[in-house]
This record gives sequence, structure tokens and C-alpha cells, in this order.
Amino acid sequence: MNTQGRKTTPDIESAAATDVGTYTGNRALVHEEPLIFELDNPGVTGVDLEAVPAVASRLGGLKAREGIGLPGLSEPTVVRHYTRLSQKNLGIDSTMYPLGSCTMKHNPRLNEKLARLPGFGDIHPMQPQSTVQGALELIDQLAHWLKTLTGMPAVAMSPAAGAHGELCGLMAIRAALQARGEAGRTRVLVPESAHGTNPATAAFCGFTVDAIPAEANGRVSVEAVKAKLGPDVACIMLTNPNTCGLFEPQVKEIADAVHAAGGYFYCDGANYNAIVGRVRPADLGVDAMHINLHKTFSTPHGGGGPGSGPVVLSDALAPYAPLPYVVHGADGFRLVEHEGEVEGESKPFGRMKAFHGQMGMFVRALAYIMSHGADGLRQASSDAVLNANYLKARLQDLMSVPFDGYCMHEALFDDRFLKDTGVTTLDFAKAMIDEGFHPMTMYFPLVVHGAFLIEPTETESKTTLDQFIGAMRHLAGKAKAGDAAHFLAAPRYTPRRRLDETAAARKPVLRWTPPAA
Amino acid sequence: MRYLPLTEADRQEMLAAIGAPSVDALFGDVPAAAHLTQPIAGLAPHQGELQVERALSRLAARNVPAGSCPSFLGSGAYRHHVPASVDQLLTRGEFLTSYTPYQPEVTQGTLQYLFEFQTQVALITGMDVANASMYDGATACAEAVLMANRVTRRNRAVLSGGLHPHYRDVTATTTGVLGVDLATLPADPKGIEDLAAAIDDKTSCVVVQNPTLFGYVADLTPLAEACHAKGALLVVVVTEVVSLGLMPSPGSMGADIVVAEGQSIGNGLNFGGPYLGLFATRDKFVRQMPGRLCGETVDADGKRGFVLTLSTREQHIRREKATSNICTNSGLCALAFTMHLSLLGELGFTGLARLNHAKAAQLADKLAAAGVTVLNQGFFNEFTVQVSGDAAALVDKLAAEPLLAGVPVSRLHPGQADLADLLLVAVTETTTEDDMDALVQALGGKQ
Repeated sequence: MNTQGRKTTPDIESAAATDVGTYTGNRALVHEEPLIFELDNPGVTGVDLEAVPAVASRLGGLKAREGIGLPGLSEPTVVRHYTRLSQKNLGIDSTMYPLGSCTMKHNPRLNEKLARLPGFGDIHPMQPQSTVQGALELIDQLAHWLKTLTGMPAVAMSPAAGAHGELCGLMAIRAALQARGEAGRTRVLVPESAHGTNPATAAFCGFTVDAIPAEANGRVSVEAVKAKLGPDVACIMLTNPNTCGLFEPQVKEIADAVHAAGGYFYCDGANYNAIVGRVRPADLGVDAMHINLHKTFSTPHGGGGPGSGPVVLSDALAPYAPLPYVVHGADGFRLVEHEGEVEGESKPFGRMKAFHGQMGMFVRALAYIMSHGADGLRQASSDAVLNANYLKARLQDLMSVPFDGYCMHEALFDDRFLKDTGVTTLDFAKAMIDEGFHPMTMYFPLVVHGAFLIEPTETESKTTLDQFIGAMRHLAGKAKAGDAAHFLAAPRYTPRRRLDETAAARKPVLRWTPPAA
Repeated sequence: MRYLPLTEADRQEMLAAIGAPSVDALFGDVPAAAHLTQPIAGLAPHQGELQVERALSRLAARNVPAGSCPSFLGSGAYRHHVPASVDQLLTRGEFLTSYTPYQPEVTQGTLQYLFEFQTQVALITGMDVANASMYDGATACAEAVLMANRVTRRNRAVLSGGLHPHYRDVTATTTGVLGVDLATLPADPKGIEDLAAAIDDKTSCVVVQNPTLFGYVADLTPLAEACHAKGALLVVVVTEVVSLGLMPSPGSMGADIVVAEGQSIGNGLNFGGPYLGLFATRDKFVRQMPGRLCGETVDADGKRGFVLTLSTREQHIRREKATSNICTNSGLCALAFTMHLSLLGELGFTGLARLNHAKAAQLADKLAAAGVTVLNQGFFNEFTVQVSGDAAALVDKLAAEPLLAGVPVSRLHPGQADLADLLLVAVTETTTEDDMDALVQALGGKQ
């Protein structure tokens, strides 16, 4: 009972008080957190180890190391440190995170639980295969889903991420061309709107890159592709749906033209979430496509990885899939790890990774896929496309749309609506942060000016979308009304305000060093 | 469907706002022949948590967890104890479900731990600077060769016969398409190869693993001098990072690039992935480095903060002129690594290394006493044992007990009769005396 006259409602004047600063620099729930090196208490440790048995050193005469410089911290200090760091981060758990091309959808916790079962999390990659039959079967089951969903006959499971999958696909293409005696095909066609990884991968794989211009409608035309085709073309790398959030209506004609000219069709599958269960890439003439399990199949992005990028392959490329891979043997599943164990048509181009692939991600992806089922996956892509079109429809009168018509899973706007306001796409994004949203992908794709690429995904509710739309309309109105100052000062409510990236690059400080004595 | 928030009424209302007659109409750009009208046949429908958990638990139960029996497997993946707090913190949604820190104001948590991670990696490797991680040790090794070629403007790399064959293969696959000349020395089970003799004026780098696949440890200082005398770089590969708590750092021995598999710290075995590649080098080479880098800066109020930096090396800016095509790194694995290493600290990390080394020495002594041949004089926590007969057959037989006796060399170097009786045996702090006695019994009981 409140017997001491303690106020239970704030008085208006104190609530309106401005930021006066604090003694600690903390702001209630958000703490100023030093680096672990600044928390060092020499002699303290956060682990207790058993006593070291007294035996003679076997270091072959090497002197034992001393004075590494790692800080000493107890477990409570460590737990508090990382808890405080986490509070300076936004995740999909915190808010809508509509980063275009990144597919920031809900990460189901069941998948985390299952990946941690000792039968998956605590098995060694070099255990005898008789002791990991369940793991090999899981890889086989996931491969079956990926092949059936895409209509493709084969899948290489080991690539570690999307760009690694691109490399796998291009290496398979390279091997197939060599087998045909056409190693002189060294040119790779890449539309201007492509992700940066596409040209980087082609170059990393020893190909030269030839850009295909985008049409005024944001698509790639079969005529533009045909104009670039020739006997030296190895393949086209086409993203579909493309980075403007549009399905390429001439994709089949483009595939046919490339095939007729002796080339292959690599599809960047970063945007596969838009079409899972509705379109099978095999029906579009695709020869290879990576699937970002960390996008379409919801394995957590974790602040930038780990990813997983299995690559589905056509009959023409399947023989060149890299080692290792799982096959059905006489008495169970078998891992083919070496050239010497290869049978039949298989002519692996090599090895991409130390072990068999991102098993932890395979478990999560399969749990996601089984949870959705064939019906749920189709519903998910349908809802992802519906959500994006709803955003586009509700925002297009106030923001500027570079390409008319329906979009796929992401809505693209340009910065024409900000003309003469003094507000840039970047400024607008920072104001969205203050509204409690993670901004969209900005300045990509490069084919439109000041791009806003918004991918809501299927796991946002209509209520959340309506709130987001409200915030975007509010901000667009504010910009047009001439309140540039609001944007230039944003973000205001984050642990740090805008950071000086130029200074960081000019004089890079890439690690902590002890202060000079 | 529990993950999908829209109701049928929501969908209709949204379609009305869009002015579209149906969801199918939104897919109007899809060629009619390729647009499926029904869920794909032959695939199961959606299931509840209980059903999915039951199905996957059944698969998990068909595997033998390394922790459920005596296990001596290493060769690039090691079973260490990871403190409980690591996974508890890792699964905080603000870490788990965030993306690459493109908007630094709302990702200072990720950026600060990456900055701390880079510093820790630089410290343990004895190098100036480290990146924010690569896919794994093997891909980092391939990238190191490409980087050495860029730095030296040469095209020939020498690979030690003590290098893990998977690292060798990933490097050969990755660099082969670019026409890099690789001089690969034969498997070196006795630890006697002469790498310095393989260096010539065209050599961009020598890639040497320490400890080697077979467990040998070496002072690399003379090799570094031999490399530098010919204008080549020394690339040091570490597959067991715990060794860096006891052995002299690669940096102190003259390494120019250090790549390592970081799985041992903070990360479980996970049947081989996801893991994390560590990549460290000298300050003067930083602009030739692949991968993401986090750097310190200040915000508009002058407060210290962190951003991704030097991105002009990277694919999203440079496209075909980037130093690598890498985009995703191993963020969460790096977070687990940095949290575990923070818990260990100086005392814990050096203590853990000493414990691993001493236990391995203990097992080597027990095996020798039982008449089993241990090839190594020097080692860290893994060594090579010569068994009577075929090591792979023996390992398969013991797996039934279950006892995971180690990695037969023939699984990594197949088809070489002279290696068929060799077994790689690793020991960590998780190995008990009972485990050791079981192995001694299995390998030496007959003598």
C-alpha cells in the first residue's frame, strides 16, 4: 500500500524534461560498455580447468608461450558484457527488418533446439560412416526436398554461403565446358542489376565479365542477351526474381537463347523465397542455382553468417558436382569423399570446403521445410509476394516507383520523391531507425537512383505492415513539407548517432591496442 | 501454419487495397507453362512442432555422438568443452536474428564483438590485424594463397606434405581455375620434408601447417627466413587453435599470413560445419586482405563506435575487381569463438593448451608402455600411431563398441599403401583417463 504519499503517476513537467545526460553515460536500459580489453582484471578467469598432469613437455624443443595479452574476465562480467552488447543490436526478433534481397524472416526456435541435439551437434565429420547414418540420411532428405521443389535432378550440398554456391555453379560450368573441349568460352554475361557477388564470382573463377544493360522496365530482354551471345560465352548469371523485385518474363526465352548458343544458365537464387512451391527453376531452363538456406529457409543470419548455399544442378552439370556427396549404398548411406570412390558418370570438379557442408544449417532448414510442408511453403511465398505488393500499393502515391505493375517479394522505390527536399535515401533510412524499424536495403540495385528495396517477408502481420506504412507515409510527408532537419539529425535514439565511415577508412583502426604507458 | 500471421480476411483486404483479383494475378509475369497451380506433388504437408521434433530426433538417434563414448578424433575438428554461458548468450535474438551490420547505429553490438574478435585473433596468432572470419580454415587457406599472389605478383605456391589434404584440395580447386601453379609435397608422416628447398624465384608463398596433419610441431623461423630471402611469403595454417595457447605464435616465427580453423573455441563439432576460418596478416598487407573488416571510428557526438570498413576491397563495391567474392562470413561462429575466448582469458587459454598437451603426452606414454608405436617425438595434442594391419578396418571395428579411435590416415590420403597402418589420435581436455585406458586396451592389449 502506498502509505508514504509516493507519486504513482509522473508529473507532466518532469516527463517533458529534455536529455540532461547522466553521470555514467548510460541511458537506463542502454549501457556504455567498454571493450573486453578495458575490463581486464589480470589473474581472473571465467573457466575452471582440472589440474594439469605432471608430464614432460613434448613440444620438440619449442619454448612454451607466455604473455599473449588476453584479458582476464569472470563469467558474470562476460555474461553482462555480451548481454549489454546484444542490447545495442536490432534483430528480426526485435522488429520488422525489411532488408531487400536478404529475406529477414522469423527464425523458428524449434530449429535451434533440433540443431543442438547431440546426435547432430556432437558428431565429428570424420567418424566412421556407420556411426553417422542418421546425419547422412538428413542430408539426403534435405537434398530430396531441394531437388523436388526446384525440379532439378541433382544438388551439391557443401557450399557455405550464396557466393560460395555461385562459385560452385561456375566451377561446374567450367568443368562441363572443358569436358566438351570448349575451354575457350571465357565470357560470362551479368546484368547490371546483379548482386555484386555475381561479377566477383565470375572473376574469382577466371572468367571475364560482360554487363547486360537493364531495360527501361527493370527487366532483362532476350534481345539484349542475344546481342551479347557468341561462341566465347560460358554462361549467363541471371537473378530471378531479379534485384528490382520483378520476375523476368522472358526468362525461358533467355535460357533457350543461351542454350542455343552453347552456354549455360546460372540462376542467382537469392530471391527464391518469392517463388518456392509456385515455380520450379527447372521449368525455366536453369542449369545451376544456389539456394541461400539462410534466406529462403530461415536459418539465422547471426550478424552476418554462417550461411549455407546448396546448388541445384541440371543433368548437364550434375556429373561435375564437387566432393564430398552422399549416395545410397548397399547397406545404408555412404559419403563419397575421394576421386577413387567415384562411380558412374560422376567427374567431381574438386572440393569446396574442409568437410561435408553446413550440417547445423541443414538441420534447421529441414525442420523449417518439414514444418511448412509443400502447402505451407507455397503459402509462404504467396504471402511474401502479397505483403510486398500491399506495401507498394499503399506507398506508391507518396513515394516514387521506378517500375509499374505488380512486384514479387520486394517493393522497389527510387529517390525521385525526395527531389529538392534536401533529404537523401540514407537520411530517410536513419529516420526509419528512430521510428523503430530496421531500414530497407538502400542504394541497391544500382540501376535505379537512391534505391529503397523493401522486402517485408511473409512473417510480418498486416498490423505490423500497417504501422510500417504509417511511419513511411509520415516520413515522406515530413520530407516533402521541408523538414530536412528532422532527417539530417537522425537517428537520435540509438546507442550511437551517425558514425564517421570516412574517418574509419582513411586511418583504419582494426584492433584494440593497449594505451601508451 | 504457425509461422504465417495473415488470415484469409487479411489477404482479401490486402488484395482489395492492391486492386488485384487474386494472389495468382500477382504472379502474372511468370510464364503460364511454368506457373504451378497446386502444391508440388510427392512432398509432405505441413506438420506441428511435435511431429517435426519426433522425426528429426529419430534421425539424430541413429548417430553416435562423440561425447557418448571415448573419442580420439581430430584432423581439423576437435571436441572441446564449451562453457554453458556461450550458447545461452549466442541465442539472444538480438545476436541470432540480426543481419550483416550495414546500419551501424543499430548494430553496435555485432560491430563491437567483431572488433574484439579481430583483436583476439591478432593476439593469439601474433599478427597485426585479422578479419571478421571466413567460411572455414580450408577456404581461408585458399584465400591466403590468392592473397600472397596479389602481394608478390607471383603465381606459384608450395604446399607442405603436412597440410591437411582437404585444405590442399580446397586450395587446388579454388586456385586451379585461376591457373595458379601449386607445388604439393608428398604426405610427410615422418615430419622430415625440406620445404625451403622447394622455394624458387617464382614462389609467392609456402603454405605450412603447424602442428602438421601428423601432429609434428616445428620452429618455423628458419623457413620464414628462407621464404623472405626469395621474396616469398610464409602462410601458416593452424587447424587446432588451442595450440596457440602453448606454442610460439606464428607471428613471432615470421609468418606473413596466418589462417586457422577456429572451431575448437566456442563451437561444437556439428558434423563439420558451420565452422569459422581465422585470417590474420601484417598491417602492410591489409588492403590485399579478403573478407569483412570492422574498424573503430566516432559518431556525430564524438563517441567511440564501430563500422565495417575498407569495403572498397569487397564485392558489393568493387564487383569483378574485388579481392574475393566472399559476402557472408561466419558471424555467429565468430561470436561463439570470441565469447569462449573471453571466458578463458589469458589464464584459461594458456591453461587449456597446457592441459591438452599434457593429456596427449600422458596417452602417448601409456601407448608406448603398451608397446604401441607412436611416430612423433614432438606434438601438441595429436600424434600418429602405427597399428598392426589396416587402420581404417580397425577403426571401423572399434566403432561398434563404440570407441572412436581416431582418424585413419588412409581416409585423408587414400590409396597409399605405406600410410594404411597409420592412425591420427587426438586428445583434449574432454578425454578422461578411462577413455585413454580404453584406447590403450584396444590398440595395445594384444602386446
